Amino acid sequence: MKYILSVSDTNKYIKQLISGDPILSGLYVRGEISNLKCHHSGHIYFTVKDESSLLKCVMFRSSAISLRFSPENGMKVIMRGYVSIFERDGQYQLYVEDMQPDGTGALHMAFEQLKKKLEAEGLFDARHKKEIPYLPKSICVVTSATGAVIRDIINVLDRRFGSYNLKLYPVAVQGELAARQIARAVKKINEAGCADVIILARGGGSLEELWAFNEEVVARSVFNSDIPVISAIGHETDFTITDFVADLRAPTPSAAAEMVLPEKSLLYRRIDNIRTRLLGSIRKMVGIKRKSYEMLKNSRVLKHPYERIYQERMRIDLLNKYMIKSVRANIADSKSTLAVLIGKLDVLSPLTVLARGYGIVRKDSADIIKSVDVLNDGDRLEIKLVDGKVFCTVNSIEKEQ
Amino acid sequence: MSENNKSFEQALLELEKIVDALENGDVSLDDSIEMFQKGMQLSKYCSSRLDEFEKKITVLVENQNGELSEEEFRGAVGG
Repeated sequence: MKYILSVSDTNKYIKQLISGDPILSGLYVRGEISNLKCHHSGHIYFTVKDESSLLKCVMFRSSAISLRFSPENGMKVIMRGYVSIFERDGQYQLYVEDMQPDGTGALHMAFEQLKKKLEAEGLFDARHKKEIPYLPKSICVVTSATGAVIRDIINVLDRRFGSYNLKLYPVAVQGELAARQIARAVKKINEAGCADVIILARGGGSLEELWAFNEEVVARSVFNSDIPVISAIGHETDFTITDFVADLRAPTPSAAAEMVLPEKSLLYRRIDNIRTRLLGSIRKMVGIKRKSYEMLKNSRVLKHPYERIYQERMRIDLLNKYMIKSVRANIADSKSTLAVLIGKLDVLSPLTVLARGYGIVRKDSADIIKSVDVLNDGDRLEIKLVDGKVFCTVNSIEKEQ
Repeated sequence: MSENNKSFEQALLELEKIVDALENGDVSLDDSIEMFQKGMQLSKYCSSRLDEFEKKITVLVENQNGELSEEEFRGAVGG
């Protein structure tokens, strides 16, 4: 006779069978996730499948919390766990203790997921990026206190600028504590306001070693930093989430040092060049103006401003002389004419005539007698001589033919 | 205009603008002299900004109050 079992007994038996099996107590299974349900308890329920079968899975919160990525439907994963049966519903499941993306690696997956998430939130947007100050008065480097990174940065700064203010904020750059320390460093520096620019630096390494700079807490503290952040993590080809969020990415820590301060000697030279050009241009301009001034200064008018006056004065003098000369000549002329006239007058003067022996004959004290015709014998005549009068009578007249 | 608050970069750019203007020659003599003086002032300012950098390397340490204080930097340990 067959032994008839209860349902509970059947399930109990199956459970014992399964738990006793060494393979089923710890195995790796590969499959594709579907029907994923994330419970609010933190437990994850899903099914994995391949081309022909399904297997129910559960991952409890205690295990799920360590996952570095979020499982999604369609994801191909490799799971480590054990098979057991939940007696109450007779369902056997794979109890998943650890899960990894199959093929690309958990870290890569996590990187891609976080990158997508933060990009969607706009943390990488160019408009959030701040300008790095040109000559920062103080530079804060968040990196390991030991190692080549800080030494390299100091060497580059020494070479390029010589004197600068650098503050080192030592942190772990890998390992469990790194992400929190780095995030805290950025936050503390902002609180103290003790730097014009922050450099997050770390030398080269594997994805695991650089992982702290892919953590969300670091990305957010960099985004929230009011002080500009330059990220210089790993080698040229390494890109971390922090690189995307930062205000500027440097391919290496040394490159960051070059970006943060210009080369001092070049700057001095530039200032000198400008000064030379300044002097040159002003000299040239003054030279041009001076030439114009000299030309004007040397012009005839300015050199001999009185020349015209002298000329005119000379002319006046000359005219003066001529005037005087001609007036004198006039006077002389008149004088001689006068003399001549006086001479003539003198000659014609009756007194002169009388003095020569002539007499003026008048009849009856009236008119002067000029002809014998008007005279008769016996006329009484008055003859004026130069020194007196003679009264006489006409005795006889003789007319000249 | 507060000369002291001008950043080095701003001062340098202004200086270059002045020199360009003077070299192009379209400026009156009075203005040129004024611009020249301003230019010399700016170039002195730029030089002095560069000169005033002092080399100082310190280490930031968080004390019990959560505040940052600066300590002497004793040089990176190799490795």
